[in-house]
Amino acid sequence: MNTPTSTGAPRRRTIDIVNAGLKKRRRAERRFRLYGMTAISMGLLFLLTLFGSIISKGYTAFWQHYMLIDVTLTPADIAPDGSRDPQVLAKANYMGLVKASLREMFPEVTGRRDKRRLYKLVSSGAASEVRKRVLEDPALIGKTVGFWVPTDDEVDLLLKGRVNTQLPESQRRVKDNVVAWVETLKQQGRIQKRFNTIFFTHGDSRNPEQAGILGAVSGSFLTLLVTLLLAFPIGVAAAVYLEEFAPRNWFTDLIEVNINNLAAVPSIVFGLLGLAVFLNFFHLPRSAPLVGGLVLTLMTLPTIIIASRAALKSVPPSIKEAALGVGASPMQAIYYHVLPLAMPGMLTGTIIGMAQALGESAPLLMIGMVAFIVDVPHGVFDPATVLPVQIYLWADSPERAFVERTSAAIIVLLAFLVTMNLLAVILRRRFERRW
Amino acid sequence: MNTLTFAGVLLVLSAIAYHLGRRRAYTVAGGELRKLHSLPSYYGLYTAIWCGLPALVLIGFWLAFENTLVTAMVVSDLPEALRSLPSERLNLVLNDLRNLAEGNIGPESVDPAIQAAAAHYNQLLQISHWAMAVVVLSVAMILGWYALTKVKPHQRARNAVEVVIKAFLILCASVAILTTLGIVLSVLFESLRFFTSVPPMEFLFGTVWSPQTALRADQVGSSGAFGAVPLFAGTMLISAIALLVAVPIGLLSAIYLSEYAHKKVRTIAKPLLEILAGIPTVVYGFFAALTVAPFVRDLGRSMGLEVSSESALAAGVVMGIMIIPFVSSLSDDVINAVPQSLRDGAYGLGATQAETIRKVIFPAALPGIVGGILLAASRAIGETMIVVMAAGLSANLTANPLEAVTTVTVQIVTLLTGDQEFDSPKTLAAFALGLALFAVTLVLNVIALHVVRKYREQYE
Repeated sequence: MNTPTSTGAPRRRTIDIVNAGLKKRRRAERRFRLYGMTAISMGLLFLLTLFGSIISKGYTAFWQHYMLIDVTLTPADIAPDGSRDPQVLAKANYMGLVKASLREMFPEVTGRRDKRRLYKLVSSGAASEVRKRVLEDPALIGKTVGFWVPTDDEVDLLLKGRVNTQLPESQRRVKDNVVAWVETLKQQGRIQKRFNTIFFTHGDSRNPEQAGILGAVSGSFLTLLVTLLLAFPIGVAAAVYLEEFAPRNWFTDLIEVNINNLAAVPSIVFGLLGLAVFLNFFHLPRSAPLVGGLVLTLMTLPTIIIASRAALKSVPPSIKEAALGVGASPMQAIYYHVLPLAMPGMLTGTIIGMAQALGESAPLLMIGMVAFIVDVPHGVFDPATVLPVQIYLWADSPERAFVERTSAAIIVLLAFLVTMNLLAVILRRRFERRW
Repeated sequence: MNTLTFAGVLLVLSAIAYHLGRRRAYTVAGGELRKLHSLPSYYGLYTAIWCGLPALVLIGFWLAFENTLVTAMVVSDLPEALRSLPSERLNLVLNDLRNLAEGNIGPESVDPAIQAAAAHYNQLLQISHWAMAVVVLSVAMILGWYALTKVKPHQRARNAVEVVIKAFLILCASVAILTTLGIVLSVLFESLRFFTSVPPMEFLFGTVWSPQTALRADQVGSSGAFGAVPLFAGTMLISAIALLVAVPIGLLSAIYLSEYAHKKVRTIAKPLLEILAGIPTVVYGFFAALTVAPFVRDLGRSMGLEVSSESALAAGVVMGIMIIPFVSSLSDDVINAVPQSLRDGAYGLGATQAETIRKVIFPAALPGIVGGILLAASRAIGETMIVVMAAGLSANLTANPLEAVTTVTVQIVTLLTGDQEFDSPKTLAAFALGLALFAVTLVLNVIALHVVRKYREQYE
């Protein structure tokens, strides 16, 4: 290779300048590439951490430990007069019976504080479990019956290994004697791990071991039903008008600008709209899925309209022209020929809009869907909450057992979202047509 | 009669009208269908629309004005002592009355005059309902019959039906305008009420925010302070942190994916990154509050820093993660829109790939990227759940990301959740904040959309 000094030329040749800088430039190239890879890995790492942290916190909530207690159903305590009237039976002090059976298991426990700890081994829902069985079968009265009842949330956490027993006793809520009792019970085979059906069949509760997501899931379902019934027809109709009939004038432009802007308005502003218009002006009931559905309709409409317009646009004009050519009116051509072909695209857009609506919580806070509601809602006027808001409420709860339940609720929510998105993808793959 | 069953009755009536109209079309055609101007089903629809639509509109109006009218009538019959109350007190009385009439509260707690009025109220409502039923059903039947008589072979039923359908389509399309109008009016109206008690200048430039107003005037700290500067500053701080996280990561991923990555990597990594956009914000909030915030706090502590457990940093970083896909997919679009000829030109001159990207593609795509970043910023400013769950409530005016700050959206949520009277400056302040939020995000969106559109025209 020639160098300027060896030839003695007064000027450096271009190729030499290039060669001299080449190493540095290649290094820069590699560095730049590395930056890009780092960025992507970081993004994926975040995703992994997010899912990892939630799944590791939440998977245990799908199990719950149950404890076998032998309750002596003494007739004197349940119905002293020998009555079998369900009303009398329902009023008996079953908690007292449960407590008595616990005392029997650990007769050595004396002292008020220790006794109180002993009673807290089982969930406060244990009494209603016993009552239910007695009401179903009054013949049990007088016998000693074994009941599998849910353990208290702290005990459950202990059994799941989520309590650090190495900490000094004063720093944890589960005290040493409780740990010892649980150990004894475990050796006696009185502890069982079961699938947590309560979590899927109950409404909200202040006690973590009795709290479930059924209320929130039905609330979400009702809210989305209202949203779907309103947003789909309105969205499709708006898209059809804008794509097929609208003349180019100021009014159409105004609509277009509005749709584009609404798609980017913060969701909480829709909540303010719902509060001011639906609640304070139209006096619709607070916390109702109906109002939630109305607010979410306004929120998801832009998504659905934009997706439906894209679907209508992808149908070749020749199809409409052929229909017009054989004498159909424009309305008939669109209704019978363009719309069916655009429908898969529209449905995909709608499902994606619904998935958005399912995950939304901020506007629903504004219209009072944050109330503590135990009952499972059955209609669109019943007070209800939705799954994301339930997550928000539980995340605020001080009980540690709610952390795993919150994570479990998030897993359920994500499962719904994944299903909906998969449905959209499948729909698109299956019916997508290239013209 | 229940409104829902009533609507059902109307629906059945319309269905009958459809059937009758269609049959009538067959009859007037006398077996020769081509004599008809439209298909028989259009005559059916024509009749059904005449039967159902005006009746439906009538129900709407009736229900909208029923309550006001009945209330006015009840008020005029109230005893003089109650009627002459100031309007706020009168409203309370009316609330009691409505609750009593709907059976929400027992009759024990209310005085007899109101009990009588509640009974009167219920009676009037009953009368009104029956009157509505009679009027609406007769209107439906008369108009349906009228339409039926108009069914003739030359009558243009299809055109008439299509006009109605088109009107429906236009109505649906204008929902977008109505929504915007609703947002602007509701927020503006309540904000104006707020500004009658708190001057706008104090709201916009005051540096003390403590919306807690005391119940009695003589209590300490009775007058709330509504200076929103700490909120704006907090929002800015958290959004800035979010953008500091999202812009480099999002932009570099977009560049890598569109310029370097193998096709296989691209088809896997891109959807995975976009999952981040589909995760509900409440999940991010939970993640921020329970995982990231303690992590940041412990990390700071191990370095000898005092970090609040609700630090702006934790909320901002998680918000940044959330908006990575916005930045990356929008940048990806604009980078892909840069014509291949520009790249080829640069390669032809001997530039390396990195140089091409930095010196040619990036400047060419810059307006679009800026537009994308603006959209991401507006998303960050309006984000609610992450900050509600992970950021603080106290309004500190600070630029230190390790301290707790509060944001506009957090304050809106805290001011409006729970039961409050609707007229205090405290709740109205939420609407003023909402107005500010709406205005700022609107401006950002308009600029961003304008920039993106202008850029796109350049290469098409």
